[in-house]
This record gives sequence, structure tokens and C-alpha cells, in this order.
Amino acid sequence: MRYEAPSREEDAVALLAGQSGAHVLAGGTDLLVKLRSEMIEPGLIVDIKRIAGMREIVPEAGGWRIGAGVSGAEMGEHEGLRADWPGVVEAAGLIGSTQIQGRATIAGNLCNASPAADSVPAMVAAGAMVRIVGPKGVREMPVIEVPQGPGKTALEPGEFVASVFLPPRAPRSGDCYLRFIPRSEMDIAVVGCGLWLALDDADRVTSARVVLGAVGPKVIEVAEAADALIGRGLDDAALGDLAAACSKAATPMDDKRGTVDFRRHVSGVLARRAAGIAAKRAKGETA
Amino acid sequence: MSQIHVTTQINGDATEFLCDPGETLMDVLRDRLGLTGTKEGCGTGDCGACTVAVDGRLVCSCLMLGAEAEGRDVATIEGMASGDQLHPLQQKFIEMAALQCGICTPGILVAAKSLLERNPDPTEEEVRYWLAGNLCRCTGYDKIIRAVLETAADMRRAS
Repeated sequence: MRYEAPSREEDAVALLAGQSGAHVLAGGTDLLVKLRSEMIEPGLIVDIKRIAGMREIVPEAGGWRIGAGVSGAEMGEHEGLRADWPGVVEAAGLIGSTQIQGRATIAGNLCNASPAADSVPAMVAAGAMVRIVGPKGVREMPVIEVPQGPGKTALEPGEFVASVFLPPRAPRSGDCYLRFIPRSEMDIAVVGCGLWLALDDADRVTSARVVLGAVGPKVIEVAEAADALIGRGLDDAALGDLAAACSKAATPMDDKRGTVDFRRHVSGVLARRAAGIAAKRAKGETA
Repeated sequence: MSQIHVTTQINGDATEFLCDPGETLMDVLRDRLGLTGTKEGCGTGDCGACTVAVDGRLVCSCLMLGAEAEGRDVATIEGMASGDQLHPLQQKFIEMAALQCGICTPGILVAAKSLLERNPDPTEEEVRYWLAGNLCRCTGYDKIIRAVLETAADMRRAS
């Protein structure tokens, strides 16, 4: 196996395109586990963290561009990002321990394509895009289109995610991510819910995105759940319809961490709670 | 398989080593540099026994390649005491018997030091969350948490 740490994006692309089965190394918290357990035996590892911009969070067009090498801890320490997209920052911050936070990235969380990835529902709810570079050039893709199933992404051979773009946060809007785990820390989501909504001056929802994780082979955006909120205030009836739409849209599996019925129920509960927190944030209250 | 030449800083000392491309920082520290205070527990980033600080940030050295340390600043348990002078956390862990078998202790000390550098007055909850990635199968954690809180109080009084 070779290890390369190019300083230019085009060199990384050439390296990845030049060898089949090459793997990208960002934070390494998934890759090194697979490497050490011999789940993968790549001929080449391309460390992208030495490429300019990969470890930076920069303002862009009113939003934020987050390099593929930025760790969860770095996101959590970034005041501007925290103020605009607290749900995304919290979701990233839930991944693993303090030590994992020192390395793990949201680009890696996305490309690892675990159905239970915490940051992915939050990014989808935020309307995030990724910038993908590859042998055929650069393309942008909505985050929701990247995962194709457990361990599978829409990336073509030789391509990698160079950055995540979080759009400008609309006025009177807010986001939130909640997950259920049986422990208090260091666990994988049994259900996750990312939610973003915008309110008018009468606190009625004008726009929303509701996204579930860990209840299907990939992240699920629930349009019916967003529709259940739009045009309404967050009263019990609206929240009940939101929860019902989420429970209905969830397609979980039964396993030792949660039954199908439990996961469907919790999908609705988390969406309801997330809506309450997102609405407070939309109004500028701390939540 | 050709080896990679890495120039780095470890506990303040300029250090060079050769490593295999797939070799972890933990293996480099232990097997090539003789810094065996860094322990291997799980090897999958779950237990925190191999915790070191890289550029001031905690990482599991089992989940980082040695080659990635090029130009970085690595701090291990061996750099915690100043000569014979133990770090206040080390001293307090001994006084309060905050260890039993000791395998998790270096990782916990490195992690706790990093916490107190960022937050000199943490709550018990903050200490518990910060150290959630450092598993200890002997103590039940209580003495560890108390020792960190007591050290923090001592260090605040001393400063």
C-alpha cells in the first residue's frame, strides 16, 4: 500500500483516477477501522488534508463552505457556523467521543454512507450541497443524492467530496437535529431527525424540510411531514400531523437496538421535539 | 513496500522516523520510538487508551497514520511530567487512587489535561462527557472524575 498526501486537488484526482480501489483519507475515523480490520485492502490511500482549503470554514455567498478535512471539534468552535446552523453543528458533534471529534469530518460521515450517520439528516434539512471533484471536473450535488444505500454513494470512480456548502440561513428560520440512543453518549443513532423550518411574522411555518436517519437504507426526506407544517402554527394538531407523517414514512429494520414499531414511533416523537427547538431558534430564542 | 520518512515534533522534541504507509501513529510511538505509555486497547477508536494530542487536539492514535504526523506537534503521556515533577493531574490520580490496573490511565490523563487547558472550571457533567471516550473497566469512573475535579480546583487556587 502507498500513502500520498498531495497539496493540489488535481494531483489528488490524478492519483485516485490512476489506481482502482484507492481510498480517500480525511479524518480517518472510519477508514482506519476498516483498514485495520482488513475489511479493505487498498493499494493507495490519498490523504486530502494537505490540499488548500480542506481544513477551512469560509464564508461564501452568505453561507458557509466547510472543507472536507474540517473536524467536528473545529465546527463546534466556529461561532458563525454555530449561530447559523446549530442543528448541523450539533449533529456533527454527536459523532463519537472527544477524540473522534478531533478528526471526524461531515464529508467523511456522508461518504461512509452509514444509514445512521448523524450529520447527514441535519445537512439535508439545511439544504446542504457538496462540491465533488473528479477526473471529469467539478460538480455540485445536493447532500441527499450522495448516499445510495449502506456503504454506497453516487460518487464515480476517482471522485471525492472536497467540501460541503451550507446555504445562507433564511430570516426567521432555524434548524435542529435530535437522535435517540439508549446510552447518553458514544452510540449510533437508533433514529435521527434533522429539521429546518422558516416562520412568518405570525409564527406560521412558511417553509420546512424534515429528514429522518437510521430508519431506512439511506436518509429519508419526508415531504409530507413538511407539508403538514406549512401554513400552520406549531400547535398540537400540526405537530401531531408532522409526527404521523414521519412515523408513516420511516422504513426501519428490526434489530437489537430497536424494533420497527419503536423506531416508527420515535421518528414522530423526535420530529415533534425538533420542530419545537427549530421554531425557537427561528424566533431568535436560545434553544 | 517503501517506508515513509516523517519529520515531526513529539513532546517538544524534533523527531524523525520511518514508517510503513499503513502503520498507525500508535504503532510508531510504541514500536519505533519506544513511547509505550500510549496504550492499545480496542484499536478501533472506542476506548481512548491510545489518546494523544495532535496540534493541541485529542485524537485516538490508533486511528491516525504515522505518515499523517508530518509537520505536526504530537503530545503523549511521556511529555506530561516535567522531569521528576508530576503534572498536578498525575499527582492527584495517585493521591486519590484514581486508577487500578492503569491501562486506561495515560489516555485519561492526556484527555483530562486537554480539558483543563480549555476549561479550568468544568462541571462534573462536562468532565464525564469529555472523558466519555476513555473507557475504564476497573474503577467505575467515580474516582477518576473526582480526581479531575479536585485537580481543577487546586490549579485554580494556585493560579
